[in-house]
Amino acid sequence: MTVNSAEEANQDVAYSKALKELIYQLADDDFLISFRGSEWLGLAPHIEEDVAFSSITQNTMGHAFMFYQLLEDLGEGEIDLLAHERHPDVRRNGIYLEKRNGEGNYLEEPYYDWALTVVRHFLYETFKKVKLEAITKSSYKPLANIAGKVLMEQPYHLAHWRIWMNQLLNSTEEARDRIEARLNEAWEEFGDVLEFGFQATEMEHFDLIIGEEELKERWMDEVAKTIPNLPSEPLGKKFGSGREGQHTEDLDQALATLSEVYLSDKEAIW
Amino acid sequence: MSQKQEEIRAVLRTVDDPELPNVSVADLGMVHDVLVKEGDVFITMTPTFAGCPALDFIKKNVKTAVEEMTWVESCEVHFSFEEKWSTDAITEEGKRQLKKHGIAPPPENYQPGEEWTVDCPYCGSDYTSMENVFGPTACRSILYCTSCRNPFEAMKPVVDYVIT
Ligand SMILES: [Zn+2]
Repeated sequence: MTVNSAEEANQDVAYSKALKELIYQLADDDFLISFRGSEWLGLAPHIEEDVAFSSITQNTMGHAFMFYQLLEDLGEGEIDLLAHERHPDVRRNGIYLEKRNGEGNYLEEPYYDWALTVVRHFLYETFKKVKLEAITKSSYKPLANIAGKVLMEQPYHLAHWRIWMNQLLNSTEEARDRIEARLNEAWEEFGDVLEFGFQATEMEHFDLIIGEEELKERWMDEVAKTIPNLPSEPLGKKFGSGREGQHTEDLDQALATLSEVYLSDKEAIW
Repeated sequence: MSQKQEEIRAVLRTVDDPELPNVSVADLGMVHDVLVKEGDVFITMTPTFAGCPALDFIKKNVKTAVEEMTWVESCEVHFSFEEKWSTDAITEEGKRQLKKHGIAPPPENYQPGEEWTVDCPYCGSDYTSMENVFGPTACRSILYCTSCRNPFEAMKPVVDYVIT
């Protein structure tokens, strides 16, 4: 089964419902993680990292907007509205991705935690790779094309965080302890990132993507290549499922900050 | 290719990428298709990097340049993801222009995710090292030449992704 255009997709209500749900996840995930990345601007451990991280962030924001564009094409509304004006209840990003970078805020005493950032971005980019690889075979051709395009750029992001992960795991005891503490925390919270939400069965049925369990396995295998001693507990969903519209106050804070900039200049080109 | 298409292609060799001075969008390999229906021109381009802030400018500059031709009534520019841009699409002329401006062309035979270096665009030495794979724009990296002791930039290789 191949669906070549938005018009074709919209002819089947069940199909387009599952499709849109999947694209919202991809768009909202990239949007939130790149927002958290943008909060590090000027605060990264050194100047080269600042350049690298902001480049990754800008590129990832670009990916989010390609996914929002697909939704616009499917009749969901304009890109900017989709990114900035949707209520938290309809946001589909995994909850772990909206989590604050640490204590404080960007303007006043940002006590952000680099270990959280390394762990989060490494786990996320690994997840993004396996999810998009599965989507390159998606029945919705416009989405499969975008996935292929993103995968040409994203290996640079993953390689970057893998290097950080390796270096910190093999550096001082303190570095390793901090990474391990954040890994344990991630294990309690990452569960919903790997899920597909309300339309999981339909997504698989319509060949939009592989099944949840298979994706989870592929992700775990990839992560284990870099981190040999993973937490032994099963993955948890401490704060619920972002795929089902559950979110924390951290999302409200993120959206409020984003919309401040957005509302200050609605005509700006992002 | 028709006479009119040739003329359009020639114009596109004069529209530069705002982030890479003197390298045209045609030589970067961004022009996928040119369609002419009497006075109406339809151009399909392939974007380089996602989120490249230059894309909107490129679109505008291409449209303006083409519409300046006497026989052209309208020009529509459209970015498509059906064809994927890769650094392999950069022409020999494009590579020559890049080098002239101190930017090394991307390496050949690059494997995604692996480390890479290129020869120095100034002295040609291969005694170079990667300083930061992420340069001032998404498409460039910063390297250092130990022979002539110059930092230089290189186009970051981006190639079609093969799932292993
Ligand atoms: Zn040199």
